[in-house]
Amino acid sequence: MPRLPALVVSLLIACASQQATAGDALYQALGARPGLVTLMDDFMTRLLADPRTAPFFKEANQQHIKAQLVDQICELAGGPCRFKGPDMKKVHAGIDIDKAAFNALVEVLQRSMEAQGIAFSTQNQLLARLAPMHREIVNVP
Amino acid sequence: MPRFPLPLLLAFACATALPAQAQAIRFGGQGKLLLTGGVSSIDGAAGGGLTPWAITGSYATQGELGATAHLTRATTQDYALTAYGFALGWNDQLELSLAQQAFDAGAAVPGATLRQTIAGLKLKLMGDAVLDSDTWRPQLALGAEFKHVNPGAAVGSVLDAVQAKRSGVDLYASATKLLLAQGLLLNGTLRATRANQNGLLGFGSSEHRGYRLEPEVSVAWLLRKNIALGVEYRAKPDNLAFAGAAFREDAWKDVFIAWAPCKRASLTLAWVDLGNIVGHPHQSGAYLSLQLAM
Repeated sequence: MPRLPALVVSLLIACASQQATAGDALYQALGARPGLVTLMDDFMTRLLADPRTAPFFKEANQQHIKAQLVDQICELAGGPCRFKGPDMKKVHAGIDIDKAAFNALVEVLQRSMEAQGIAFSTQNQLLARLAPMHREIVNVP
Repeated sequence: MPRFPLPLLLAFACATALPAQAQAIRFGGQGKLLLTGGVSSIDGAAGGGLTPWAITGSYATQGELGATAHLTRATTQDYALTAYGFALGWNDQLELSLAQQAFDAGAAVPGATLRQTIAGLKLKLMGDAVLDSDTWRPQLALGAEFKHVNPGAAVGSVLDAVQAKRSGVDLYASATKLLLAQGLLLNGTLRATRANQNGLLGFGSSEHRGYRLEPEVSVAWLLRKNIALGVEYRAKPDNLAFAGAAFREDAWKDVFIAWAPCKRASLTLAWVDLGNIVGHPHQSGAYLSLQLAM
């Protein structure tokens, strides 16, 4: 019986040490700045095509949002950028966003990343850095 | 081991007394991400195949009500189990489940089928197993499984002889964490139980009447967005061993692969090791489970 807990612990240690190799590896895996620009172009197209997410973006300044997202993801992924955008909580405060809408956006982003040929493990590393933003963005319990 | 898990019971009672939020609920919600509602365990609660997880069943997220139905078949060298059931998930917080099991025990008692009904309740306490990826804090839930077995006359007389009851309640606490960056899901469940072979052979015995705390562990690795590969381990009491080596009970283990082609359906294939079951040691075999979600 004690063998399995030991396996879990060693897996945890393996994973924890993997996460430590940060640097700009994720940024490079996403194709650096050109990759992010292409990804966000595709992402916005899909957001507008999906009935679950379109209402949040169709009236917005899409070019501005794309540019902001490139900077934001660049910084989050360890790239040489500084995101100078607004506070996440404030910028989403005027719109009702529930967890279903947040997850719908995650699914659209997954599809965009798949379409760009981004490896599944790379996708998950980016999602792991974006997901905690649910605390600032989801404002409908 | 405590005879009765009073702290757990109290915590459960207090947690269920939390006021419910009054708001419009969308039925058939599919707001959760793929596979994050888990699959249906053999006892009906959402989780892995053998053990419940802290996640709430169905694809319903906050503000949504969702449902699942499952059909599971497991066969070993000498036995077979068929299970089916339903679960409701509300607001990514409360889960209700109902499951029916039929265990073909003909290898031990010719013609015998053990039938068990399990009603389950699970309440999320805190955390988000999926989205809180910047912290080690898991999603936590408390659950209860109300079990009643109908063993039939022949097996029933054996259960009476060892003073095993026909009904029992399992109480459990689960912690689930998805290490999103690594695509690795971990679950630990601690179950307070008196069940013999999960309740199929009744609850407790003349020699062991009290509750025991038993650990259950699942580790699942997301190979792709819609495929998870995992292992599980579920410790169990051994209340009937005094009646002879034939009644010795082992931990359950499995290796599984779950595939969700879409949010409406998933298929789980596993190899299970159920150990000794009434005079037939080393019982292992295939497990297949279909889940439909709406």
